Amino acid sequence: MTKVEAIIQPSKLDLIKEALREIGVDGMTVSEVRGHGRQKGHTEVYRGSEYTVDLLPKIKLEMVLPDSRVDAAVQTILKTAKTGRIGDGKIFLSKVDEAIRIRNEEHGEAAL
Amino acid sequence: MRRLHVWLLVVLVLISGAAVVESCAQAPPPQAEAASIAPSAGQLQGQVEKLQQQVAEARGAGDNAWLLVSSALVLMMTGPGLALFYGGLVRRKNVLATMMQSFTLMALITVMWALFGYSLAFSSGSRFMGGLDYVFLRGVGGLPDADYAATIPAQTFMVFQLMFAIITPALITGAFAERMKFSAMVLFTVLWSLIVYSPMAHMVWGKGGLLNAALGGAFPTLDFAGGTVVHITSGVSALVCALYLGRRLGFPKEPMRPHSVVLSVIGACLLWVGWFGFNAGSALAAGSLATSAFVATHFAAAAAALGWAGAEWIRNGKPSVLGAVSGGVAGLVAITPASGFVAPMPALAIGLIAGVVCYLMVTKVKGKFGYDDSLDAFGVHGAGGTVGALLTGVFASSAINPLFKDGQGHSLAMGLLEGNARQLLNQGVGTVIAWVLAIVGSLVILTVVDRLVGLRVPDEHEIQGLDLSQHGEEGYNWET
Repeated sequence: MTKVEAIIQPSKLDLIKEALREIGVDGMTVSEVRGHGRQKGHTEVYRGSEYTVDLLPKIKLEMVLPDSRVDAAVQTILKTAKTGRIGDGKIFLSKVDEAIRIRNEEHGEAAL
Repeated sequence: MRRLHVWLLVVLVLISGAAVVESCAQAPPPQAEAASIAPSAGQLQGQVEKLQQQVAEARGAGDNAWLLVSSALVLMMTGPGLALFYGGLVRRKNVLATMMQSFTLMALITVMWALFGYSLAFSSGSRFMGGLDYVFLRGVGGLPDADYAATIPAQTFMVFQLMFAIITPALITGAFAERMKFSAMVLFTVLWSLIVYSPMAHMVWGKGGLLNAALGGAFPTLDFAGGTVVHITSGVSALVCALYLGRRLGFPKEPMRPHSVVLSVIGACLLWVGWFGFNAGSALAAGSLATSAFVATHFAAAAAALGWAGAEWIRNGKPSVLGAVSGGVAGLVAITPASGFVAPMPALAIGLIAGVVCYLMVTKVKGKFGYDDSLDAFGVHGAGGTVGALLTGVFASSAINPLFKDGQGHSLAMGLLEGNARQLLNQGVGTVIAWVLAIVGSLVILTVVDRLVGLRVPDEHEIQGLDLSQHGEEGYNWET
């Protein structure tokens, strides 16, 4: 099992969710997060006082998938999230040792 | 007005005459004695008087309705208007405490006003302060107080003025936001209301006041709705508070962005609407002067919003929303003393000037001096009020409001543009007195309150936020 974490532009969430559903990925966790990579922040001015905002709002998608489906999911995210500009986000993959469904205590891929 | 009365009398006589003729027409044959049917001169007189009284009552009802609505509008300026305007500008951890300051004043000043405040402002007394005739609102009832407003109950006038007394200290809270103890705020505003507000209101508007333009003051200062009484006193006191309390922890290094400009926009719009009660209500009648003040108020706000946002657009490349609404408020502040004295075009000019001046005060001058007037109470109200008070002396017009008359009742020149240069001097005197009273009064009160309870919250409370440390609540409980 592999955990796919994708940090994306908030505006892309609906497109990605839709595209993932089409390839059969129907479980995910979404959080509103803030952060920055290479993308510089922006400046806000309130009554003449300037504020540099370098932590930008992003969306984090998390899903744990059977290894066989990871590639398709990654390709789908890449295709839909990419604008080609700085700030599009990142995808992280990591191995997951175990998954347990709380309702019936199923283990492993059956719990996904 | 006198001409109107004469016409009214003629019309009434004609109507009564017509009624008499009609009753004659229905009368029995001419051989009957005319004298027994036609009313006597005395009866006619009685009828006319009765009709006159009905007309006066109708007018009084109209005026009273407008003044009651205006009173409600002015209260709306403090809560929710100012509460939202200021509440949006602070950080999230201080939103409730900031709104609470405005709301508390709605209750606190009301009680003070009933007990002493109204009397100290509006009963006869010295040139500087009212007496004790109206303490506990004694004698302030349904009959008009002709010195102030002949057509509305004295109680309506009292409650209308109360709303001004509420918002004035509430304006100051913008300067000490995010760091003053609640107990200190309560003590400060109560004392300020009695020691600064009531005397200033008395000098400008009260019977026998030093600056009263309508009731023969020594330096007749034109202040239609409170440029000196409300905005200069509050704005200048705000500066004194900001200097006395010192900066917020971390200012200006730490970012202190407004937590919700959305709330501030809503608040500013409520202020704009409420200001129609403030200024047009200050005509104290529902006639054409109220309309004129309403129009001037609206036009000045519009021009000032464009002035501030435009100045920003030129200097920063972007017109900000907060700038536009702050400009609108600055225009409303500046037109306040002038609203019942100027035509629409001067109102536009006053607004535009105030918008640009206040923009420069807030963005340039404040930065240069480094004081932390957290929400720019001085930059908007002190500066805007001073600009407005002086420009009133320039643009006041006898065509709009012929307040100054010679012995024969002919109207005299009002402002500088009509050739009355002296008025600008009088406006200056009123402005200086308001500044001095605000500075001295606030300093004394701050010193006393500081000794009694201490002004600032401890550092850890300031870091935690006043919502939790002063009130034990939070503005936004997202997880519930």
